[in-house]
Amino acid sequence: MELKSILATDCGSTTTKAILIEFVDGEYRLRCRGEAPTTVEAPFEDVTRGVLNAVMEVEELSSRKLLDGEKIITPHNNNEGVDIYVSTSSAGGGLQMMVAGVVKSMSGESAERAALGAGSIVMDVLASNDGRKPHEKITRIRQLRPDMILLSGGVDGGTTKHVIELAEILKAANPQPRLGSDYKLPVIYAGNNKASDEITKTLGEQTDLTIVENIRPVLERENLNPSRDIIHDLFMEHVMQQAPGYNKLMSWTDAPIMPTPGAVGSLIEMIAAEENISVVGVDIGGATTDIFSVFQNQFNRTVSANLGMSYSICNVLAEASLKNVLRWVPFDIDEKELTNRIGNKMIRPTTVPQSMEELKIEQAIAREALRLSFIQHKAFAVNLKGVQKERTISDAFEQSDSGLSLVDMMELDLLVGSGGVLSHAPRREQAARMLIDSFLPEGITQLAVDSIFMMPQLGVLANIDQKNLAESARKAALEVFNKDCLIRLGTCIAPIGKSNPGDMILSVSLDMADGSDQQIELHQGELLSIPAEYEPIMAKLMPGKGMDVGAGKNEEINTTLYGGVVGLVFDGRGRPFNLPSENDKRIDSLNVWSNAINEYPDGDEK
Amino acid sequence: MSHAYTPGLKVLENTSVEKERRLPLKGEVLVDKGTDVTPDQIVARTHLPGNVKMVNVANLLNVDAQDVPEFMLIDIGKNVSEGDLLAETKGLFGLFKSEVKSPVDGILESVSHITGQVVIREAPIPVEVDAYINGNVSEVMDKEGVIITSNAVFIQGIFGMGGENRGDLSVLVANREDELNEDMITTDNKGSIIVGGSHISLNAYKKAISMGVSAVVVGGYNYHDLKDILGYTLGVAITGSEDIGTSLIITEGYGKIPMGARSFDILKRHNGRFTSVNGATQIRAGVIRPEIVIPFNDVDGLDSALKKNETGITEGSLVRVIRAPYFGHIGTVASLPRELQKMESETMVRVAEVKINDLNFVIPRANLERVETV
Repeated sequence: MELKSILATDCGSTTTKAILIEFVDGEYRLRCRGEAPTTVEAPFEDVTRGVLNAVMEVEELSSRKLLDGEKIITPHNNNEGVDIYVSTSSAGGGLQMMVAGVVKSMSGESAERAALGAGSIVMDVLASNDGRKPHEKITRIRQLRPDMILLSGGVDGGTTKHVIELAEILKAANPQPRLGSDYKLPVIYAGNNKASDEITKTLGEQTDLTIVENIRPVLERENLNPSRDIIHDLFMEHVMQQAPGYNKLMSWTDAPIMPTPGAVGSLIEMIAAEENISVVGVDIGGATTDIFSVFQNQFNRTVSANLGMSYSICNVLAEASLKNVLRWVPFDIDEKELTNRIGNKMIRPTTVPQSMEELKIEQAIAREALRLSFIQHKAFAVNLKGVQKERTISDAFEQSDSGLSLVDMMELDLLVGSGGVLSHAPRREQAARMLIDSFLPEGITQLAVDSIFMMPQLGVLANIDQKNLAESARKAALEVFNKDCLIRLGTCIAPIGKSNPGDMILSVSLDMADGSDQQIELHQGELLSIPAEYEPIMAKLMPGKGMDVGAGKNEEINTTLYGGVVGLVFDGRGRPFNLPSENDKRIDSLNVWSNAINEYPDGDEK
Repeated sequence: MSHAYTPGLKVLENTSVEKERRLPLKGEVLVDKGTDVTPDQIVARTHLPGNVKMVNVANLLNVDAQDVPEFMLIDIGKNVSEGDLLAETKGLFGLFKSEVKSPVDGILESVSHITGQVVIREAPIPVEVDAYINGNVSEVMDKEGVIITSNAVFIQGIFGMGGENRGDLSVLVANREDELNEDMITTDNKGSIIVGGSHISLNAYKKAISMGVSAVVVGGYNYHDLKDILGYTLGVAITGSEDIGTSLIITEGYGKIPMGARSFDILKRHNGRFTSVNGATQIRAGVIRPEIVIPFNDVDGLDSALKKNETGITEGSLVRVIRAPYFGHIGTVASLPRELQKMESETMVRVAEVKINDLNFVIPRANLERVETV
């Protein structure tokens, strides 16, 4: 079926976004976008109300009738309605899990990785060797009331005693689910297959038990995907269902509703595969921040629960510390005033910054949310390709460092930002600065943002399974992605190495696309930018003494760079870079860097 | 006419309030439909499963786990008292016996032949749910609880902490702009719900706690000071279970913000009336806002027409600005332009023109909330 018009929504925890895609003059293009607050709050308490409001905005902006009363018109008829309607959702709030493993640093850590990878908040990791007595574990389980428990432990065919002991503790705790008093708590068993029967005897009646393949079938191999998949299924069945109106929304869509992070992740994978590059993608939302990476063709995803820009904005403050947030604020502000403002954003999560001061404060917090989320991603990124990952026996005893080697900032080719604070930043330069300051790319890294935060909707569109729709939907998703969604910001060039303030750390010769030449000298501490379109620029990069820009210390690089709406950004601030400790100097530095990249209007006249 | 859907907090002087009183687990409902109830009256009760103790009998007897059942002296399902013999080895010629005694009173729940663990469950923990407000039982949910309905004043706050509390309402300030100071709070306020204007300081709130005040209702409080009361930095706004004695309900937000005129006037008019409050707040999917309920005595003739359609903001709506730079101002929507407009922050947003004190201001629609006045 050749699709002519597509409506797609993303029901976020704060805002519901709708996009209309139309097939015009032989190509799929974004027609317009509408948004409205997500309506899980009283007085509406129905997620579909927000969807209708967002669609009504699309109706107004496109002058195309899409709704018949409170019903989306499908299929389209003349200039009314659309061929298909699809949606993603993260409006059910977070999935709160407890995981258990026999050895905390082995099966416990694998279970934690599986749960995090599936998008959950891990409330606690129980383990036979965690030092707590059985009654302490039981009390803890009862207090936390998780949405779901993942139990693992033991290699296949190995000793069963310890994992059964954990099951007995779970049984004794008789945990009740957080939501609803009538359904049994979902428990996933992904441990030693020899213990499955005994686990069923222990937990089968009392809980909604699902048995999947062992998360750690042998010591040196992880097998996370079966657990992740079942977590995802149970999340959709149990937790998302609690979002008011979710059942109604499911009945409206022409394809299954995808969780927002899953949809964004699939697009990031698509970019990496198409261009054969290393990619980091981030989606910063109201409640959580998702980070996706593809290094060495291996995809990883982490969800930093409670690091977001509205519901959990105060948690960013708590985890990052006020000092770390304040360091990015380019003016003096009373600490009490700042914390009250951040607190007010938390309790009124759908508000937007009207004044420039408010905008700068939000972007300061975003830098810290992104920085902390990336730290978590680096710590939990796993070496999985598809289903399984091999470790050597010696690696297996050093679990906490596993995955770190995958995230190599010098190897990173493309950094993509998505989510309200990045996609809706009034100036793209602001998005570029937030990405550079938080992720600290090294060497040569292209930067991009999702233009108006539509990666979730395109992700679900690209993943439609129905045979009659799949081809056309994927084509539409890819065309809109390349033409309307991905905004190329430019390239960040950041030499690394030891240098002193004022040292010349990079010398650059550029043959611009218009035929002109440019010479640039970058000194330690500087941030420079030059305008350049998304066109090939022949570049010769000569690092200063002891510096590395991607080919090794002191090694020159001849390469092709690409600009974008921001251009080429040369970052000489070092990795990691420290802001001046004196307040006046810190504010001066922030303003100089802002002006260098035309980040805020106060620098426009300079 | 243009419209915008913006959730607002309820400030209702005469409405029909329905409160669900539900048990955490199924149990027994103690009142019938149609019964008049008082706040302290128990309406439902159940028992939570008792705490459990796990005893590793195999280790204590120094025997294999699979042999534990044969050494047990108590059958599964039987009562045991603290100190009772649970298990005993036969020993050598009746000597050198090993024994295990029960560490608690309870019921022997299970014996594992794989791990050698014995589980003893202590007595069930009773849980009771009271009526919370004066009202009438309008619905009974079989074995789960009841719905109490009452004609009442109903005011939602924006944030609160501490759970349910009740007492006589005592407005301690003359104007909604006034701060609630330490010296205004005395022993006379013990057990009452005190109302201030724009702010309460940390010290004043601590004094309220020490005086045994039931709850404080005020316009604003410093976010920074929450930590002193809670003992941790509040990362996400989920409260209600903290044991602080004196619930806090802020009606406007963090900082010093005069209480909304309508809220303040209503509370003043009902000064001295018996009031129920709940500070519990959850700002996430399925939001819960703190609330103030002042039930009327006449529970007859409940106004069933008070479940109103929610219409959102339209031209002429009374709205409150909920973000800087006009935070806390109340105005009337003059128009809802269709086009996106550029703010000082350069953000392009849908806006409303709002008349505040006879001056028109352009404000993002997302930064407005409807003041419900009926």
